[in-house]
Amino acid sequence: MNRHIRRLGVGIMVLYLALFVQLNRIQIFQAEELQDEPINTRAIQRDFGQERGSISTSDGVVVARSVEVDHPVYDHQREYPEGELYAEVTGFFSLSFGFEGVERQYNDELAGRTVEQEFGSYRDWFIDRPTTADLTLSLRSDVQRVAREALGDRKGSVVALDPRTGAVLAMWSWPSYDPAVLASFDDAAVREARAALLADEDDPLKSRTYRETEFPGSTFKVVTAAAALDHTAVRLDSPLYPDSAGYQPPLTELSIANFGGSSCGGPLRELLRVSCNTGFAHMAAETVGPVQMVESAEAFGFNDRPPIDLPAAAASTFPTEYGESLQSVTSYYERTGRPNTPEVISPGVDVFEDTPAVARAGIGQGDVRASPLQMVLVAAAVANEGLVPAPYVVAEIRNRDAERIYEASATTWRQAMSPASAGDLREAMVEVVESGTARSMAIDGFEVGGKTGTAQLGRDVEETNAWVIGFAGPPGETPTVAVAVSVEADPAVGQQTGGRTAGPIAQAVLAQALKPPPPPPVGDIGE
Amino acid sequence: MMSRVRRTTELGLIILGALIVVAAYTLASLGSDAVIPANLLPFLGIVLGLLLFAHLATRRLAPFADGLLLPLAALLNGIGYVMIARLAGERGVSGDLPGLQATWTALGIAAYVGTLLFVPRVRDLQRYRYSIGVVGIVLLLLPLFPIIGRNIFGARIWISIGPVNLQPGEFAKIALAIFFAGYLVEKRDLLRVATWRIGPLWLPEPKHLGPVVVAWGFSLVVMVFERDLGSSLLFFALFVVLIWIATERISYLIISLVLFTGGAVAAWSTFGHVKTRVNIWRNPWDSYLGEGRQLTESSFALADGGLTGTGLGLGTPERIDVVESDFIFAAIGEELGLLGGTAVILCYLLFAGSGLRIAVRAEGAFEKLLAVGLTTLMAVQAFVIIGGIIRIVPLTGITLPFVSYGGSSLLSNYVLLALLVRTSHEAETRTVQSTAHAVPAA
Repeated sequence: MNRHIRRLGVGIMVLYLALFVQLNRIQIFQAEELQDEPINTRAIQRDFGQERGSISTSDGVVVARSVEVDHPVYDHQREYPEGELYAEVTGFFSLSFGFEGVERQYNDELAGRTVEQEFGSYRDWFIDRPTTADLTLSLRSDVQRVAREALGDRKGSVVALDPRTGAVLAMWSWPSYDPAVLASFDDAAVREARAALLADEDDPLKSRTYRETEFPGSTFKVVTAAAALDHTAVRLDSPLYPDSAGYQPPLTELSIANFGGSSCGGPLRELLRVSCNTGFAHMAAETVGPVQMVESAEAFGFNDRPPIDLPAAAASTFPTEYGESLQSVTSYYERTGRPNTPEVISPGVDVFEDTPAVARAGIGQGDVRASPLQMVLVAAAVANEGLVPAPYVVAEIRNRDAERIYEASATTWRQAMSPASAGDLREAMVEVVESGTARSMAIDGFEVGGKTGTAQLGRDVEETNAWVIGFAGPPGETPTVAVAVSVEADPAVGQQTGGRTAGPIAQAVLAQALKPPPPPPVGDIGE
Repeated sequence: MMSRVRRTTELGLIILGALIVVAAYTLASLGSDAVIPANLLPFLGIVLGLLLFAHLATRRLAPFADGLLLPLAALLNGIGYVMIARLAGERGVSGDLPGLQATWTALGIAAYVGTLLFVPRVRDLQRYRYSIGVVGIVLLLLPLFPIIGRNIFGARIWISIGPVNLQPGEFAKIALAIFFAGYLVEKRDLLRVATWRIGPLWLPEPKHLGPVVVAWGFSLVVMVFERDLGSSLLFFALFVVLIWIATERISYLIISLVLFTGGAVAAWSTFGHVKTRVNIWRNPWDSYLGEGRQLTESSFALADGGLTGTGLGLGTPERIDVVESDFIFAAIGEELGLLGGTAVILCYLLFAGSGLRIAVRAEGAFEKLLAVGLTTLMAVQAFVIIGGIIRIVPLTGITLPFVSYGGSSLLSNYVLLALLVRTSHEAETRTVQSTAHAVPAA
């Protein structure tokens, strides 16, 4: 019997080992995942009403803070002195509805719950004092304010960042909301306010800059151009794409037309300057081909979430399925006898079952969707020698003793293209501002590059989304600011082009960002 | 000589355990109210007093017994009390739970001493095995009777006598352990005879399989009519382990496993509440607003605890319904972290180790089987509820021995402890007597 009793002992040990392993999984390895579950409201319940760190812009404007209040249950009230202006970034902090934005992403730091903050110095082991930390955003209050003024009451988004570091300088979308209405202690009022925000058909709670994607339209041609420069023999000045008012991709009778029915063609430089649909569609379908279009789009960050320090950023999408490869483009034209332009066909590109979709995707239509954040990263990659920076909104974190406990560093998310391709593309985009569709973005004394986009929504030719992306900096140096502006279609306004509608907004934001940052406000320091 | 060493070890461990409990009590009060509890000294006095009483009784009534069991039980009981006292101030936890738990602890220790007093020899229990077996079955079925039976949280496992609610199943498990041990000692030779085989398995005479089938049917009855998955599993595990150890035939283990799997599948497909439990186990998140809430909240609590825990009094375990009873392990994991949870798991493992060592060293087959049975009850019960909370097995409502709030559970586990201590004492008495003339080993 004893032998079997010992075996039973081994069996019990195995069972308990399983307990230990699973306990480790839940408490250590899966802990973060469990804490991030949307239905998990523990963190907010624990932290609501507690002291909480402040959030300020890089030039010292306080955008969120906790003040002591006389209340039976809660000691502190969260305030947002700038109202709606920073809602896109800070998010809100609400008892019933959780938190969003920086308030969510950096909750542990703001509430003073990271291990470093709780046990950072030996004194903290013995003295009970607040361990909350204050966040400094990379955003500049002046650029943010200009972004709001320039967009005005049109629906849309503005994102500006430093292409060298990924530091976000402005992030604004309208309609916005005042986070204070959701941070109230009055639960009934908060519920009512939220219901009203949700019922609003303009969706003020939506984080348009980083959680919503839309047709990028012609701004996507920058990606097509990068794919051509990187993967094919296409250069800025050769080959010449045929002058045409309509391009008919292989395997379809439907033509792609130019904006306004005009006719255009020529080398890449010229195609970009006038935003030539037929040329870029032709290039995507027959010169670059689907395999390398997908490769380049993904190198820019499409089909992945940008690594920004905000919760649940949306992945921009570029379709990856084009069916089977059928035959080479050359043999397709030989067999069908359709007229073609042999000099633009790079050797080896095949016709796929869905090659017409490649043509549409190459001009940012079809199933391509991009967030304004992704599109500013496209501009940043051109400005930054082909490297896509990892974007961030929180620049540094300081503890109660004003010691810096975190500092954002410039990191590269991915390489979008070669430095040489980026140099060519930058030159071409500067010409778009000098003499092309983005002339409204020009700034005296600075080198500005840009690309417009006018995405037709398909419902009605008159309804379009106006886009621009661009960058600016001192001539001859790496640009210091990149921008993306998207203005949503407004049935009342009708057709709005990227150059006329979005260009001036981008110009105002770039011009402000090129100025030195304002001095910190007096009186609020050393609090 | 030997007894003195063991009892001194026990005394040292008890004092250590009491200090841990009192320190935890102080921290919990500091954590939730930022004050050192005013009743700290009386509390220390009562904790030490109760434990010293148990210790002195052991010293007198079972001096040669293993010195680890009582301190382990005391530590678990103490940690449980601290959590219950700490939860008492929170929303949703009503009544004077700490006061009642303290009373039940005192009664439990009295039951411990009483059992040591009234069971001077374990072998005596064997003579009354059938009477005890009948008592066990009656206890188990009591909640099904009208008037006294009570349906609480969907399980019919309670009876009400006047103001006191009891879970007779907690006592039934001990009675059944005694009955099974006695029955198997009597029949083991018959059950061992293998007469026919299927493949590599030698099987006993079909008529001797009767007891297995009866135990199996019985645990199904408990599961179906009392809706008590936990107890059902516990009884079946107890019987299977005992018949396997008694006969040393692996075929019983396999047959039982097949029966269990068959029963479980049948129950799953037939009974709504079994299906619900399994669904919750597999997808707790999906039923967050319904019956999966406790499990989901428990996982969130454990995740918040992390390695070192939030600290006593600093977490929010009250978010889990009935956290003071079946889910108390989640509260411990949240506030004391992985370290605290592991310490509790280790306490049960040490308890099981001591129990099996007693079984190995015991002389008679009955004593061996009884020690194995009691140890299995403790180890499996703790495994089933902890494993349920951390989603290794489907959750079944059952108390965490010594830790959870509940009078029946405390009383019965102290009786179980006393029986193990008594068995240990007898085994060691024999060893001491047989080596009386040799130099004591240690």
